[in-house]
Amino acid sequence: MTTAARPEAGRPARRRLPARVRRRRFLLTIANHAVLIAVSLMFVLPIVWIVLTSLMTEDQAMTTRLIPDPVQWSNFVTVFKQIDLWRYTWNTVLYAGITTIGVVVSCVPVAYAFSRIKWRGRNIVFLLVLSTLMLPVQITTVPLFVVWARDLPAWTGIQFIGTLKPLIIPSFFGDAFSIFLLRQFFMTIPDELCDAVRVDGGGHWQILRRVVLPLSKPAIMAVALFHFIWAWNDFYGPLVYLGQSPQAQTLSLALSNFRGMHHVQWNLTMAATLIFMIPVVVIFFLAQRVFIEGVTLTGVKG
Amino acid sequence: MQTAIPRRSEAERRRARRRSAVRKYGVVLLLLAPWIVGFTVFTLGPMLLSLYWSFCHYDMVNAPRWIGLANFKFMFGLGTIEGLPPGAHDPYYWLSVRNTLWIIAFGVPLRIVFGMLTAMLLTRPKRGVNAYRTLFYAPSMVPRVATALVFVYLLNPVSGPINRLIDAIPGLSAPLWFFDPAWAKPALLIMGLWGIGDAIVIYLAGLLNVPRDLYEAIAIEGANTWQRFRHVTLPMITPVIFFTLIMGIIDGFQYFDQAYVAGNAASGQNAVLGQPQGSLLFYGLWLYEKAFRSFQMGYASAMAWMLFIATMACTVVLLLTSRRWVHYGGGGQ
Repeated sequence: MTTAARPEAGRPARRRLPARVRRRRFLLTIANHAVLIAVSLMFVLPIVWIVLTSLMTEDQAMTTRLIPDPVQWSNFVTVFKQIDLWRYTWNTVLYAGITTIGVVVSCVPVAYAFSRIKWRGRNIVFLLVLSTLMLPVQITTVPLFVVWARDLPAWTGIQFIGTLKPLIIPSFFGDAFSIFLLRQFFMTIPDELCDAVRVDGGGHWQILRRVVLPLSKPAIMAVALFHFIWAWNDFYGPLVYLGQSPQAQTLSLALSNFRGMHHVQWNLTMAATLIFMIPVVVIFFLAQRVFIEGVTLTGVKG
Repeated sequence: MQTAIPRRSEAERRRARRRSAVRKYGVVLLLLAPWIVGFTVFTLGPMLLSLYWSFCHYDMVNAPRWIGLANFKFMFGLGTIEGLPPGAHDPYYWLSVRNTLWIIAFGVPLRIVFGMLTAMLLTRPKRGVNAYRTLFYAPSMVPRVATALVFVYLLNPVSGPINRLIDAIPGLSAPLWFFDPAWAKPALLIMGLWGIGDAIVIYLAGLLNVPRDLYEAIAIEGANTWQRFRHVTLPMITPVIFFTLIMGIIDGFQYFDQAYVAGNAASGQNAVLGQPQGSLLFYGLWLYEKAFRSFQMGYASAMAWMLFIATMACTVVLLLTSRRWVHYGGGGQ
């Protein structure tokens, strides 16, 4: 923001600013960082609290003493003993993992058709895709629940409610947000590259494989990570479709029930919360560029 | 070269063109197939089904039975549905509507203002921007279920650090947050601010996109900080404000996870939703209760359609007014 010493006619290129100005700028910088550090603390402190509480004894968690004394590492073992955390983690990995594959596989061709081929009605159909982002989930979950719970088992003899199937199957049929994000990226690929493939006699399959896919690795990565984390955190879907079954629960669902089963055992609750959060936070820190670029792409250019 | 190509008749050429058009649309259809199937089976079909059911009595045991507008009348307190005495109406519908409008009216502007202010702070320093941005963004990745549990704990009146801080200030008595109907929703707002990182990132990108020469131009005219903000920054980021406004309202109408988990965690039970005393009974929670606990699928469908209509109405009104206050594209105002 600050225009640093601009070279002017007849003066040396790097002119020293008067001491008064320099001191004012220095103090402003300090003030700025002070405010930002204070704000950062507000964002970070809750996480520090979770970590501290997860190491406390049950009694200490309800006192005002902050530093765990004694440090009770066994909380993390106790959590695994009290509930079947391995199974819930596995269910969550299955849900998030398989649906991520489904979303990527189904959305890439759709986004390709919306960006690299010109056809009549393309914009109107794309608007239709975007408009589904506005739909309240309840308008479809109510009838879908009935179909999964009542009609499909009657026709096929297969149980759907209480399993991950109703959560996984729809992901193989396109997801509006991912189609949107991929399309935005595919649009930026220069036509010349695709024309080059066409001159060589390649069709759409060749263009997709040799130009679009290699160039859009970051975008596909963003879609995959966004969806993985969305599914990992998803609560409403598991609550509706898995609700009754203790076998198929995901971590989000198990955690919300965990609190209900054991009266205020905050140290264990925080330990379980931490286990639930860690994969997301690790993925985020490893791939933060991808996330921030993805958010920027959808937010500003949308 | 040209003589090598045999001359084709007009009809032949037309046929060839049609064949290539058919092939092109075939390819498009093939590529779109996942979405077409998904849209029909998982969106359009269910929507039509729930539209039909919203005029029916349907309990999943007996076949849906047409009852006309009875569901909507019951909702708005204009009539009763069978099995209930005359004059009865849904006692919680308007409560859930009021709660939902409250969280939208306070939550959305708070998010916009805080997101924008924090992003503006981030445009100042030369160093460390990325580190701050990462720290601010990380909490918005934390699962909402986890966030809700953490804040019920952080705001608990017995040992919660926030209340200890407030109590340390003489003359102030700390609120009971999730244990007091008057303070439960403000507690949700505080929780929402913790996850504001995605808004900050979007605003920061918007602010960094404002052309520098606009600031230089207005500086020459001798504008002060407020005028610079009012006449350059604000107009230039109206598209971002518009986007966060629409997304905030759509999300607000469906507010669910945080209230469900926080209400249950604080009250220590699962049976009654929206505790304490219905102060966290949002539209989505009451709909969930009707659909998946009482299995009143007809009534729940009617509620879902009202939600859809409200969302649509807000979006359309915003889109129509957006021409007056949203500035797209670079250049002056």
